[in-house]
Amino acid sequence: MSILVNKNTKLLVQGITGRDGKFHTGKMKEYGTNVVAGVSPGKEGLILDGVPVFNSVAGAVEATGANASIIFVPAAFAADAILEASEAGIELVICISEGLPIQDMIRITPILKQNGTLLIGPNCPGLITPGESLVGILPANIFKKGNIGFISRSGTLTYEVVNLLTLNDFGQTTCVGIGGDPVAGLYFIDLLERFENDPETIAVVVIGEIGGDAEEQAAQFIAEKMTKPVVAFIAGQTAPPGKRMGHAGAIISSGSGTAAEKIAAFNRAGVPVAKEPNEIPELLRQKLQNR
Amino acid sequence: MKIHEYQARQLFRKCGIPVPEDVLCYTVSEVEKAARDLNRMVVVKAQVLVGGRGKAGGVKLARNVEDAVSAAKQILGMDIKGYKVEKVLVADAVDISKEFYVGLINDRNSKTVTLMASSEGGVEIEEVAKENPEKIIKFHINPLTGLLDYQARDIALQLFGDIKIAQKATSIFKKLYKLYVETDATIAEINPLVLTPDNEVLAIDGKMNFDDNALFRQPEILAMREPDEDELVEIDAHSKGLSYIRLDGNIGCMVNGAGLAMATMDMIKLYGGEPANFLDIGGSSSPQKVIDAMNILLNDKHVKAVMINIFGGITRCDDVAKGLIKALEVISTDIPIVVRLSGTNAAEGLELLKQTNLPTVSSMSEAAQLAIELSNNLIFTPHK
Repeated sequence: MSILVNKNTKLLVQGITGRDGKFHTGKMKEYGTNVVAGVSPGKEGLILDGVPVFNSVAGAVEATGANASIIFVPAAFAADAILEASEAGIELVICISEGLPIQDMIRITPILKQNGTLLIGPNCPGLITPGESLVGILPANIFKKGNIGFISRSGTLTYEVVNLLTLNDFGQTTCVGIGGDPVAGLYFIDLLERFENDPETIAVVVIGEIGGDAEEQAAQFIAEKMTKPVVAFIAGQTAPPGKRMGHAGAIISSGSGTAAEKIAAFNRAGVPVAKEPNEIPELLRQKLQNR
Repeated sequence: MKIHEYQARQLFRKCGIPVPEDVLCYTVSEVEKAARDLNRMVVVKAQVLVGGRGKAGGVKLARNVEDAVSAAKQILGMDIKGYKVEKVLVADAVDISKEFYVGLINDRNSKTVTLMASSEGGVEIEEVAKENPEKIIKFHINPLTGLLDYQARDIALQLFGDIKIAQKATSIFKKLYKLYVETDATIAEINPLVLTPDNEVLAIDGKMNFDDNALFRQPEILAMREPDEDELVEIDAHSKGLSYIRLDGNIGCMVNGAGLAMATMDMIKLYGGEPANFLDIGGSSSPQKVIDAMNILLNDKHVKAVMINIFGGITRCDDVAKGLIKALEVISTDIPIVVRLSGTNAAEGLELLKQTNLPTVSSMSEAAQLAIELSNNLIFTPHK
């Protein structure tokens, strides 16, 4: 088992003819992801890498039965692309595009809710269920099938930590990069709940960072609702207030959103927080032994 | 992106929110003239892009022209939390019956624009939130309808009681929301919003920040940008596809990805060093980006050692190595550079780096420790 994506996922790529879309479609296919269609207005009829291209998401869904979509279109058009997928009945939308205006995300949120669309991102590396389906830009070779669920606000830090997990023989059920924007789709709690309900997952690693209070809410959820052990790491312990650390969401404002607050919240919930990424496998081992 | 109070007041005025008269001044003589022209009690207010001006002595009430001149002499040139005051606003000091707070923010949890209002104006809203959270009214605005008349009126009535006054505030709330959404703001605050003895409602201080991701469609807002020296370097880096923030330490770092870059800074600190910067070279890193990044790091006089931490995904380690080799051909430096390459094409990258004699390590903790050690050695043997 896994969460959100598996070998039955029929993936559509929005922006398949762009540089990134094209490159990662190849990578995802190479991994074994079932990429059934691409969308690029004006390019219908084209076959790219064996994938048929359509003018619209609705057309692609009708012809191929796609049930998930990954978006590579430029930020200024990304909100439109998300809505197009949602209105066409796509259940799961993964937005890789970086730099979406926050107001765009706020405007589309109630419509996604109304349509029952699940969104991951924007500004995220996507997700992977090792051995089954890669939907994103994650480097496939560091992942390994196993029992650990993984959620992260960051991309390359995900690679760093997943690599450590794999080297220490902790394979993964599903790894999800939820992205670093202040207003985004699925967040820690939504995914923790899914991992709690996934019979294959035995423990979860959560990688948070400064800004907002999603980690505090995750801690509360873990304390109240989770039976499976969770281990965490928080990036940005030395970040100065008022400065946006790359990710639009990674900013300490008005003294809140600090790493110290998040670490304290996790500790109160019985979640050990690693001082450095290296410690995560050991903390996980201890947690699993003490069960 | 931040703007000054005087700029926020301009935006308020433009959309019909009542703001007392004011004049922006750069010199004491300009302040003297402005106070004379206004010909009544004024406030002299430091214009810096940082909060807590009042507490720092950057806001002074002046009863007459002499007072205004002496206030200007004290405030112009003063340092507020590291920001030098280069200009002041001379504003009509209106009579105040009571101070209120109204602000709009993007709320991450409800994923809405959220209006906050309080009868406790004039103090920092964070303090009210801590001490008297029940005194803050919070309202999540439905993005599909916007802030409706009756919703704004209900909040205004709770604050002001009197319907005639509340109607004036209702109009201000609605105008502020419209301005907020139309300019892609991330915060719009009127603090305080004041009630005068003759029952006028006025905005006498304003703060607005904007979404950097939306500046591409906000030329009017972008034109208001007044970056300081550090920000100029950051903006220049941004134009080269780099995300850079200068910090106080001496270990320069170059990393791919924001999360890993933060974790790298944290690790340097954990092992007793101080990071000189945050620097994310982003996802796809051409050799040119690495050259630009090295230029920024090695031009920072405080940097005593550089730690390069790359976990290749989309980024190819051999591209980083090529960029690094090219950079070192152009820039001559004695500063030690520690390299950690992992992930995509790491072996190829490390092979290329053999010609450089740069120390390479396999984990980020080793890289941090070695960089700190080398930065200390450099201090003791400057001619090495």
